[in-house]
Amino acid sequence: MARMKFLCDADRCIECNACVTACKNEHEVPWGINRRRVVTLNDGKPGERSVSMACMHCTDAPCAAVCPVNCFYTTADAVVLHSKDICIGCGYCFYACPFGAPQYPRVGNFGSRGKMDKCTYCSGGPEPDLSVAEYEKYGSNRLAEGKLPLCAEMCSTKALLAGDGEMIAEIYKQRVVKRGYGSGAWGWKTAYRETVAI
Amino acid sequence: MRRAVTLFSTLVLATTLLALPGAFEPAQAQNPQQQDGLNPMGTKPTADSVNEEFLFKQNSKITGRISIPDGKAANLIQPQGREYQSFRERYLPWIGAAFILGMLAALGAFFLWRGRILTDDTQDSGKKILRFNAFERFTHWMTAVCFIILSLSGLNYIFGKRLLMPLIGPEAFGALAQWAKYSHVYLAWPFMFGVAMMFVVWIKDNIPNRLDWAWIKAGGGFIGKKHPHAARFNAGQKGVFWMVAGFGAAMSVTGIMMLFPFALLDINGMQVMQVIHSLIGITFIAGILAHIYIGTLGMKGAYDAMGSGKVDLAWARAHHDLWVEQEQAKTASGPQLGRRHPAAAE
Repeated sequence: MARMKFLCDADRCIECNACVTACKNEHEVPWGINRRRVVTLNDGKPGERSVSMACMHCTDAPCAAVCPVNCFYTTADAVVLHSKDICIGCGYCFYACPFGAPQYPRVGNFGSRGKMDKCTYCSGGPEPDLSVAEYEKYGSNRLAEGKLPLCAEMCSTKALLAGDGEMIAEIYKQRVVKRGYGSGAWGWKTAYRETVAI
Repeated sequence: MRRAVTLFSTLVLATTLLALPGAFEPAQAQNPQQQDGLNPMGTKPTADSVNEEFLFKQNSKITGRISIPDGKAANLIQPQGREYQSFRERYLPWIGAAFILGMLAALGAFFLWRGRILTDDTQDSGKKILRFNAFERFTHWMTAVCFIILSLSGLNYIFGKRLLMPLIGPEAFGALAQWAKYSHVYLAWPFMFGVAMMFVVWIKDNIPNRLDWAWIKAGGGFIGKKHPHAARFNAGQKGVFWMVAGFGAAMSVTGIMMLFPFALLDINGMQVMQVIHSLIGITFIAGILAHIYIGTLGMKGAYDAMGSGKVDLAWARAHHDLWVEQEQAKTASGPQLGRRHPAAAE
């Protein structure tokens, strides 16, 4: 089985936010929830770069470790998913997540913070694949249809890569060798305890 | 000779004048590549970028600019999440188990060694004196009920998935944990109110004084038969009072920060609040276990103070002799003696 990962080539990302919009539209996420976002570093300075970030589907995921109700599980493709039926909306996963991925509806209203929502790598949740219940809770399940996450699929500059970790690392390596530079695989060290060596 | 000198000086002057502008020339004329100031190394400008390693050297987390209103989304990577994970999963369960089971073991050992502390019968036995009025008892029990539910729902955050979940299954546990969470966030408010009220009502009797030192030196009546002098509250009870006030305040502050996440703190602040809340919570529970023990099983007659509010006069004289004198001096006829004037005691 593949080990699914995301890789954002910051030297290609133009901060168009199409990945963010595509994700919102594909999964019909509620207002205020951003499963994916684009962060611009060194904004307005030489060397400025933008990185598109969502759940990185970590190895030994901190969210899953700290969850007081063990609502997380890892799929055969190494995608980190969770069950909204078990989630209690305590918010611990957000404190543990290195990438700010978990999102909550109605944040700040004590006691009634809703179930956590996060990037599913376009692969739904524990409900049967492509069921209505799955779509309502977690959005579409593109992986079950044999497709990759929409954010990466429709990235106009192909900055955002999704797929098997080794394959996307190889694509990135070739790019770096060809153009002669690369700012690295953002977040990989924290998420997977390894980086793309070039 | 004179001509030669003049010629020489003219030469020197001329050379100097010629040389001077030349001396400054290299400093004034810049390298054409550096003229725009953007590309000092003469490399491809597009290749020049920030990278993770460089940013982590400047700061412990990577933060940028975000175009959505959610300000905390501007944090790109915060590896501190892994440290928080390590505390919560590796250390906290062991610390919690050690404190709470350690306290239960200590209380068990104390009970086996000392047994139930009894009061000798005197001519006062059977008479009652009002120790806590209805308002005091209400405040105490409101806070106590909240505390017990908060403790259990709090411990559920740490131990639930380890102890309860394997027994009842994930669905039932999820539903239970959801209600536990609601009880934790809603009962926090009457608890904080109760702690504040108890503080106001009892602080006048809980200022430490010289009697407390003597009480501690005498072993508080736990060791040996004789009870040292004590006013309304002895040093041990004062300790409980100040523990509840101090820990209650710390739990309230850290708890409010969590009830309104990110209102005042950033992600690292939130993590610190969690660590403090859990560590103090565990210590608080261990402390209250001792309080519950001595107020019920550990000492005969003590429970009546918070139960009916009226305690046996013999018990009161033995444990709070100075307070009994004070109360009886207030009203020589002794309306606080429940047996004679039951109505007045209520």
